[in-house]
Amino acid sequence: MTEKVPAEELKKEELLKIYRDMVRIREFEESCPRLYSQGKMGGFLHLYSGQEAVGVGVAQALEPKDYMVGAYREHGLILAKGGKPQEVMAELYGKATGVSRGKGGSMHMFDGERRFMGGYGIVAGHLPLAVGLGYSIAYQGGDEVVACLFGDGATNQGVFHEAMNMAALYKVPVLFICENNGYGISTSISRSSAVKQLYKKSAAYETPGTKVDGMDVLAVYDTVRLAAEKARQEGGPQYIEAITYRFRGHSISDPGTYRSDQEKKLWKERDPIVNFRRSLLEKGRASEAELESIDYEEKELLEETIKFAENSPFPDPHELWTDIYAEH
Amino acid sequence: MPEITCREALNQALHEEMSRDPAVFLLGEDVGLYEGSFKVSKGLLARFGEKRVIDTPIAEAGIVGMAIGAAMGGLRPVAELMTVNFSVVALDQIMNHAAVIRYMFGGKVTLPLTIRMPGGGGNQLGAQHSRSLEPLFAQIPGLRVVVPSFPADAKGLLKAAIRSDDPVIFLEHEGLYGVKGEVPDGERMLPLGLADVKRTGSDVTLVTLSRMVYVCLEAAGELAKEGIDAEVLDLRGLNPLDMKTVVDSVRKTHRVVTVEESCLTGGWGGEIAARLMEEAFDELDGPVLRVGGADVPMPYSKHLEQAAIPDADKVIKRVRELF
Repeated sequence: MTEKVPAEELKKEELLKIYRDMVRIREFEESCPRLYSQGKMGGFLHLYSGQEAVGVGVAQALEPKDYMVGAYREHGLILAKGGKPQEVMAELYGKATGVSRGKGGSMHMFDGERRFMGGYGIVAGHLPLAVGLGYSIAYQGGDEVVACLFGDGATNQGVFHEAMNMAALYKVPVLFICENNGYGISTSISRSSAVKQLYKKSAAYETPGTKVDGMDVLAVYDTVRLAAEKARQEGGPQYIEAITYRFRGHSISDPGTYRSDQEKKLWKERDPIVNFRRSLLEKGRASEAELESIDYEEKELLEETIKFAENSPFPDPHELWTDIYAEH
Repeated sequence: MPEITCREALNQALHEEMSRDPAVFLLGEDVGLYEGSFKVSKGLLARFGEKRVIDTPIAEAGIVGMAIGAAMGGLRPVAELMTVNFSVVALDQIMNHAAVIRYMFGGKVTLPLTIRMPGGGGNQLGAQHSRSLEPLFAQIPGLRVVVPSFPADAKGLLKAAIRSDDPVIFLEHEGLYGVKGEVPDGERMLPLGLADVKRTGSDVTLVTLSRMVYVCLEAAGELAKEGIDAEVLDLRGLNPLDMKTVVDSVRKTHRVVTVEESCLTGGWGGEIAARLMEEAFDELDGPVLRVGGADVPMPYSKHLEQAAIPDADKVIKRVRELF
């Protein structure tokens, strides 16, 4: 296992990888509305634009063997965990080469090899699953951790509290990471939660709770790194609230009228990619040319990704009846 | 062959599977120190310790969700829900997670998971503790639904359920825990999805499961006195559903009555009737008739409760309509 160093000690190639991963997600997500309107994909589409620093900061702080589970805004999470964009795009196209072989779609991506244990569409439904994964680690004497990401709305669900209680009770190595983007669809936190500072909710279960700027990828990395270290060494859950913002609507069909232009403008100024890019340049950690070449390579990758999805076959009709059961 | 109760048979299955496979563990409300509210997990905590026999908080969704996650992480959990009524609290985890995870992730993950739950009426427990929800679970693709009646079946089917790589809903009847039957010593495995003829007969087939198997056997005994020779066919589960054995029996008897404790409307008897019309219409000498629980919330008062649950008299009356 490689030691995860503090953000300020990260090597140049690691910083560039963080930048590349965020750019990859943004490029990927911003291509989706166009492809959606062309009828290439169906269903819901919950885009991650604006929240990249959370997923990438978390993934960077984890080991490859660590688990990650997420909710339904998870394209960015599976990509951050190392998922192949081609297979993620193919899943959106409903193709046989998709990460879930065309049976899951936007909300249900899975990549066991990279230990991304799924995106789930029932708010907070996957939290007890993370507890079970954590229990399986402790049971088998492993030292992996589980990063479980969910939105602010999830903290009002019953199973959130069941999971938080059981995780603390059984001392499972789970990092509960709340991606607080301010809204459950249209309902703001002030209108949905009696507790406005969501990190405080973990106090009820004697689980350490921290708040972090979710628009600052290195801050997320450092916070998760420390939490993972603690969970790995001492066992037991950790709770992190990452304050972030989604630049697009809740889903593709959301006109977003409940957020003011002023609010959107202020958050746009805090774009995690723009700001990270600027800081890399200001601190002399990367040159404009290096970053431009990453931008270019990722645009190329996106083209290849779309081509892959376009050219992949749809699932064979008999696939309707496969994978329901392991045994027949 | 030794005679033991259903409770002991289930307990043997758990002991044997836990000692055979270290990945098998138990979780549920009061399954450890208290040894289960029906004592099915007797001796397990003492033998296997707290890591493998977990007393959980009262949090059914948490219990099932934790079991699902543990199964994804390579373990083989056996979750107990204190009654089938409480499974409704965990229904999101059962329906929206356990049943669909394998499929929606393209078969890339396996959920070897058993969820045991006692249910059924007859103990004056009222409307919130007496349900028979077999039809509900049978309606959900992705779940196996296993429903034993005899102790030997209970043991063999529970062992098979635990070894299955699919999520299995294992429905026990509270009225059967104390019922005795012969159970062969040692290893006993029964494949899931095989119906069993509990009494052979030539005139009418009673298709049934769980406690109603005993009701049908009693009815068959009475019907024999009238010269009607009833076959009692125990489905032993609803998924996989063994229609072959049902059709084979109907080819012989040409008359069918389904007998279930679950509410008649939307019950599994209607499904069997429809399938028989599709698959064996020409074999039928009369309509497929159904006996089921009254379409009412379960009442408390003893005589009202008994009126809501099928008994031998009701079965006999229905059978007579076919002759």
